[in-house]
Amino acid sequence: MTELGATDNSGAIAKPNFSFVYKHALATRIWHWVNVIAIFILIGSGLMIFNAHPHLYWGQYGSNLDTPWLSLPRFPGWMTIPSTYDLAMARRWHLFFSLIFGFGLLVFMISSIINRHFSGDLRLRLTDLHPRRLWTDIRSHLSGHFHDADNPAGFNLLQRIAYASVLFGILPLMIFTGLAMSPGMNAAMPWLLDLLGGRQSARSLHFIGLWSLVGFIAVHLALVLLSGLSNQIRSMITGYWRIAEDEN
Amino acid sequence: MSKLLTRRSALIGMGAGAASALAGCDVVGQNPSARKILFSGDGMHYRLQRALVAPNALAVEYRADQMSPKFKQNGSTNPQTPEYVRHVKENFANWRLVVDGLVTKPLSLSLPDVRSMPARTQITRHDCVEGWSAIGQWTGPRLGPILKLAGLRDDAKYIVFHCADILSGKPYYESIDLVDAFHPQTLLAWGMNGETLSVGHGAPIRLRVERQLGYKHAKYVMRVEAVASLDGIYGGNGGLWEDIAGYEWYAGI
Repeated sequence: MTELGATDNSGAIAKPNFSFVYKHALATRIWHWVNVIAIFILIGSGLMIFNAHPHLYWGQYGSNLDTPWLSLPRFPGWMTIPSTYDLAMARRWHLFFSLIFGFGLLVFMISSIINRHFSGDLRLRLTDLHPRRLWTDIRSHLSGHFHDADNPAGFNLLQRIAYASVLFGILPLMIFTGLAMSPGMNAAMPWLLDLLGGRQSARSLHFIGLWSLVGFIAVHLALVLLSGLSNQIRSMITGYWRIAEDEN
Repeated sequence: MSKLLTRRSALIGMGAGAASALAGCDVVGQNPSARKILFSGDGMHYRLQRALVAPNALAVEYRADQMSPKFKQNGSTNPQTPEYVRHVKENFANWRLVVDGLVTKPLSLSLPDVRSMPARTQITRHDCVEGWSAIGQWTGPRLGPILKLAGLRDDAKYIVFHCADILSGKPYYESIDLVDAFHPQTLLAWGMNGETLSVGHGAPIRLRVERQLGYKHAKYVMRVEAVASLDGIYGGNGGLWEDIAGYEWYAGI
């Protein structure tokens, strides 16, 4: 689905020719921007909820009378939603956007199976994980080359690993550890507590998952900045990714 | 476009955007219509859970060796109203549990009456809205048979628990729907961890509604009232914390 881009051969200095390729499906784009809002709010309100009891435990139970594995000072107001201590409002924000996030992920996953985003763009083969291949991709990242010359609109190896771990690892972990903290859902899915090692373990894993997600977002934003900001943003809005002819 | 959108300005923009979005959330959170949307999450989770969770699905029960060594006391730990102080002094001899509202035979039960009823003992996890959990053992009659004894009318939709404690100058109360009221693990507990329920944990009777968070487990229950609607009951939101702080009425999540 390549379209011819604008060309300009009239000037003394020839600008590079480029073309557009359709890179991001509508479902991907909508989900991406919905998630920007939802995850932003979930993080801010989640930190506020954490502030109500800034101690983490392993196992089924854990309170001030037990021994936490981690105790932190409260997160400052500029990081939390709301900015002043308000557990009730933080829960309102968190639980409303948890539905948007959770069902959004479900719809995106179904769409991505149907539109072959998973099986095509994000496909990872076991042979891809060979150290030599990984090393090659790490080296090209370090030298500032993020796009495969043979498939400039495709996802490179590290990208596919990162997206796959977030999509099939961290995001489901956030949803299931969140559900495991719900006393109502515990009655429906007691196996989830067994799987996660108890409600307080689920709460700890939810917190660890949060920071893994924050780490992913930081790297994601850094690479968007390094790999052509306007092209990246446009492609996530219109779907079209610009390929300069000299990259081909 | 790439010249206008340099990396530095993009970074500054993202930082400023995030900061103003955070501040914006405070503004949005105070807007009445936005609050209405946010607060609708409560009803959505309630309906989702009622649809997905079997009415009698049991909360996880634990073994004795899995219990918390110490069970944290929270909320009111001693309602020092003259009436309650007198009840404690009299060892609850003149205390009565009133069951009324939309029932055909209102009840007035003494503590020995309640203790002589068939009791259930369960070791369950108590989850505070703040995030901590404690596992304890609870003993008491199931609420369902008591409501049947009182002849719950068909127009009753909620059960309200009026309590002896005053919090923020207002009497504590809570309410649940009939699914939870008739749930096999919903108890009016008079015993905890093999002993008589202490004042710190809600003597003489505390509600156990195991599929919801701690603030629904009303302590110091004095009166159980069946109602058709929560409108007009105190602040109208179904519970003291719901009224004064905006917590969810359905605390199953």
